[in-house]
Amino acid sequence: MPNKELTAKEMMTRDAAGEDLLRQSAERLLAERPYIRDFFAAFGLPTMERRQTAGDVFDGLDAERLEDLGVTREQLAERFSAFIEKMESFRREGIASVREVSIIGGRDKDGRPEDVRLDLRTGEVIAVVGPTGAGKSLLLSDIECLAQGDTPSGRRILIDGEPPDEAARLSGEQRLVAQLSQNMNFVMDLSVREFVALHAESRLVEDVDAVVERIFTAAVRLSGEPFRLETPVTALSGGQSRALMIADVACLSVSPIVLIDEIENAGVDRRQALDLLVKREKIVLIATHDPLLALSSDRRMVVKNGGIVAVLDSSPEERAVLGQLQALDDGLSLLRSQIRGGLRLDCDLMGLLAAQDREAGL
Amino acid sequence: MKLATVAGAPSSGKTSVILKAAEGLKAAGWKLGVVKFDCLSSEDAKRYTAAGVAVKTGLAGSLCPDHFFITNIEACVQWGRSHGLDLLISESAGLCNRCSPHIKGVLAVCVVDNLSGVNTPRKIGPMLKTADVVVITKGDIVSQAEREVFTFRVKQVNPRAAVLPVNGLSGQGALLLERRLQAASDVESLVNARLRFAMPAALCSYCLGETRIGSDCQVGNIKMMDLE
Repeated sequence: MPNKELTAKEMMTRDAAGEDLLRQSAERLLAERPYIRDFFAAFGLPTMERRQTAGDVFDGLDAERLEDLGVTREQLAERFSAFIEKMESFRREGIASVREVSIIGGRDKDGRPEDVRLDLRTGEVIAVVGPTGAGKSLLLSDIECLAQGDTPSGRRILIDGEPPDEAARLSGEQRLVAQLSQNMNFVMDLSVREFVALHAESRLVEDVDAVVERIFTAAVRLSGEPFRLETPVTALSGGQSRALMIADVACLSVSPIVLIDEIENAGVDRRQALDLLVKREKIVLIATHDPLLALSSDRRMVVKNGGIVAVLDSSPEERAVLGQLQALDDGLSLLRSQIRGGLRLDCDLMGLLAAQDREAGL
Repeated sequence: MKLATVAGAPSSGKTSVILKAAEGLKAAGWKLGVVKFDCLSSEDAKRYTAAGVAVKTGLAGSLCPDHFFITNIEACVQWGRSHGLDLLISESAGLCNRCSPHIKGVLAVCVVDNLSGVNTPRKIGPMLKTADVVVITKGDIVSQAEREVFTFRVKQVNPRAAVLPVNGLSGQGALLLERRLQAASDVESLVNARLRFAMPAALCSYCLGETRIGSDCQVGNIKMMDLE
């Protein structure tokens, strides 16, 4: 006789039509929920035959095998339903997306009030400026842990205008920030193709090959130097790695905010990188002291002594000089590629810039 | 007194993570203690003492550290209570992946690091699979993609756990762990409490100090590989 508890367990493993997933044939189960293969792989369970059910497999495990797996049969069935629940919530995660993240000011390191409310919207690029130790990491940390007046800064973070659900916050469900910094490296021993495919699979993407192709194409475009899908990720140059990380975050990361910690000038087309992230509806925070990048952003947030002291829009004068800065940057890129190509530098810098101006005017 | 078990592979960052969470708890006036379980030696007591955390070290020596831990934990709880601690944390290194240090009704934390590789979550047994909170460290040196894949793999093997990234150096993310520790249950005694899962089995001749090799010398709870 099934007791109440068992009935509750069975409920959890039912599909939309009310069918018990534990008793569904592998053929149907895997067609609708291909991720269930991962459950069997993760627990080192024998693969299901076409007509077998997950319940059959669990029932067929002897005591010794269960002991090796580190679970009891009941725990395994419970885990099976928890796993399915979790995977279904991941599927939904891809659809429901954050539109706006707000920072409500708290206080700076001396306890002075930080009188600011900042709404960050998707598709926006915000530069974060201020010297080392000014409080940039603190700000990021506040966003990442969805501070609710309980961090040293006293700041509060709202998602789409609402404070986050406390239970969800403490379970670490919502990862708001994807981070890219120069200290980050690939540590997996995989090719570019395998690497991106692994990430795509973890996002339960349907057409993995198409996503791999899209990210690869974008990454090669961002990086000056071409590489191949078969190149091991650990063999990529600094610029190529950064380009792949940016393209991957833009297309696959679940987090609505991307924080970029000063991308080096060499090896990555930074404007294109920002364009790609904006096009993918990310909120881009970029810690930078580069004038060109700072002016390419929509606004810049000035951080000092642990507090946000100003939020600056680019002034008309600053915008006017953007064209010249761009020309300078392009000029430097050209010189860089001459060095890379083993050539002598074109030393007529003024002529170089004038030529570029003419080209831009055409 | 509240109690939490923190377990994880050697060098996964358990001590650093506990110390970061301790900063906030101490600032809130909590009296903290840690019992550090290790195998041969441990220098971590100094770090705890320097941070103003009461600490005891237990070295398992030739015994299975898990078995050593569970036979001593009740005495540790009483030590903590007699010292008026608000929170006692047992920190134990999961030296084999079949470690099972978590206790029913006691907040269970497992620490794993991003550098250990994406297949690691699948290889760790009850220490990870029965934890309430999984802390993932060393995220600051790997790519976002690797962090996300690692987190995903952890959630696959333990869908019920809270998964919290914590940077043991900067303390980023430690706040949420601190909040979980604050919510740990009060424990007066562990007598009659139960482990969440049986510990790795032992008791063969090698457990008792046998050093010779060969079928004549192996007696007790043994298991042979199938090489066919």
